[in-house]
Amino acid sequence: MRCDNCKERDAVINLTQVEHDTKVTLHLCEQCAQEKGIETGTTVLKSTLGTFLSAMGKGTNLPVPADTIRCPSCGATLRDFRDSGRLGCAQCYQAFAEHLRDLLRRLHGSSQHVGERYVAPGGDGEASAVSELLELRDKLRRAVESENFERAAELRDQIRVLE
Amino acid sequence: MIDLSLLPDGGLGWLHASGPNPQIVLSTRIRLARNLVGHPFSLRATDADRRAVLARVTDAARASERLPRAVVLPLDELERPDRQLLHERHLVSKELAALEGDPAKPRAGAAVLVDAPAGVMVNEEDHLRLQAMLSGFDLDNAYATLESVDSELGQLLPFAFHSEFGYLTSCPTNAGTGLRASVLIHLPGLVLTKEIGKVLQGLTQVGLTFRGLYGEGSEVVGNFFQLSNQTTLGKAETELLDHLGRIVRQVIEYEEQARDVLLKTAAGTVEDKVWRAYGLLRYARTLSFEETMNLLSGVRLGVGLNLISGLSVYTLNKLLIHTQPAHLAAMEGRPLSDSEERATRASYVRQLLGAETT
Repeated sequence: MRCDNCKERDAVINLTQVEHDTKVTLHLCEQCAQEKGIETGTTVLKSTLGTFLSAMGKGTNLPVPADTIRCPSCGATLRDFRDSGRLGCAQCYQAFAEHLRDLLRRLHGSSQHVGERYVAPGGDGEASAVSELLELRDKLRRAVESENFERAAELRDQIRVLE
Repeated sequence: MIDLSLLPDGGLGWLHASGPNPQIVLSTRIRLARNLVGHPFSLRATDADRRAVLARVTDAARASERLPRAVVLPLDELERPDRQLLHERHLVSKELAALEGDPAKPRAGAAVLVDAPAGVMVNEEDHLRLQAMLSGFDLDNAYATLESVDSELGQLLPFAFHSEFGYLTSCPTNAGTGLRASVLIHLPGLVLTKEIGKVLQGLTQVGLTFRGLYGEGSEVVGNFFQLSNQTTLGKAETELLDHLGRIVRQVIEYEEQARDVLLKTAAGTVEDKVWRAYGLLRYARTLSFEETMNLLSGVRLGVGLNLISGLSVYTLNKLLIHTQPAHLAAMEGRPLSDSEERATRASYVRQLLGAETT
C-alpha cells in the first residue's frame, strides 16, 4: 500500500485518529510519519537512549534505587505500590510524585487536574490559591534554572489553571 | 433480616423508568471517589482506622443538609443474604459487601449510607464513594445531585486534594476528578445484527469502557451494558460527562438503526423471538436467573418495537431486580434451594406479567 501523504513510498504505519467522534485511518511511510511527529520504532529508541544518556551525564543527580523510596507518612515504599497498585495514603502522591507523574500520563494522557478545585474546610480559598501560585512560580523558576523544561512546561500549565 | 422498605424509595427510585430514554437506558449512575486527609488509605488501614473514618463520615452526614436522614447500614454487622440484597440493588459493590472469598467477611467499618437518589459507600477502595443513581439517561441531574453532596461533605470533612493530581485516590486510575459515570444501556438490536463488536471496539478508541450489569468484573447478561468513562484526570468533570453523553447518544442512535434494520429485514423472525420469550416468561414453571435475563431482554425489545403493548417498562425493570437470588429468598423469608429458587422465580414472573394485560 502507498503512503497516503507522499503517495510514493510504501506505507508502514497505520495511524488511527478520532476527530469529532469519527475515525480516520491514515497509512503513512516512515518518513512522512516522522514529519508528522509520530513516534516510529526508531524515534522511540532514540529518545529512550537520549534520556538515558542525559541521565548518565548528570551523574551527581542519580537517586537512591527508586523502589526503596519511602512515604514519610505511612511508610509505604514505591515497591509496595508497584506490587499492589494501590497507594498507602495521601502523602504517597507527594513522596512518589516523579514516578506517579509518568504513570498518570500513561493512564490518563495527562497528570494535571483541571476539574473542580477543592477548598478545605475553614480554608480561605483565595488566600490558599495565592500561596499555591507563589509556590508554583518558585518551582517554575527552579525548573528553568536546572533546564528541566518538561517539568517547567507542566508547572506553567498548572499556573495557568490557577490564574 | 434488614427491612429494605425503610430505605428511601427502597433504594430503587432509579427503576421507575421516569427519566429520559427509559426504554433503552435503564439508569445513569455517577460516583465520586474521595479520601480523608490524615487517615491511611484502604490498603494500609487498620480496623480502628476504618471505624474512625466511618464515624467521621456518619457525623458529617448527620450534620449535613443533604444527607441528614441517610440510613446507615454497617455491612460488617449484616448477614450474607442481606449484603447480597444490597448488592443486587446496586447500592454496594461486590467488594464492599464481601460476597467472594471463603469465608467472605466484610472489613470493619465497611458501610453504606443510603438516601435517594444519592448515597455514600464508606471504606470501599476509597474512604468515600459518593454515588447517585437516576432513572433513564440523565447525566446532568445525576451530577448536579452528587456535586451538591460533594461540596457540602467537603466542607465538613477534609478531603485529600493535590494541586497537580487533583483528588487523591487509593488507585491512580481514579485520581483527578475521581469521577466515574456509567450508563446502563440495553442493546439487543446491535447484538442481534452482530454490530455490537464494532461499537464496543469504537468505544475503547474514544476513551470509554464497558462492563456488565454489576459493574467492574461482571459479565454481560441480557444484552445490558454499562458504558463509562475510562480516564478521570486531565479533563474537567463537565468535559468527561459531555463526552460520555455524546457517545451514548450516538450508541442509542445506532441501536435504533439496528432495530429498524431488524424490522425491515427479519420482522417475522424478530416477532417470533419476542413472543416466544414472552410465552416462556408468562407460563414457565421454573426459570434460572440467566434465562430470565435473556428472556426479559427479548420482551423489552418487543415493547421497544411496539410488538408487545400494555406492558410497562417499570414492570420489566422491577423483574430485573426482584428475580435475583437474594431478593427471592427475602420474598419467601427463608433460604431457598436451587430448585425452589427457580420455581419461586417463575411464579413471581408469572404473577407480575399476568397482572398486566398484553
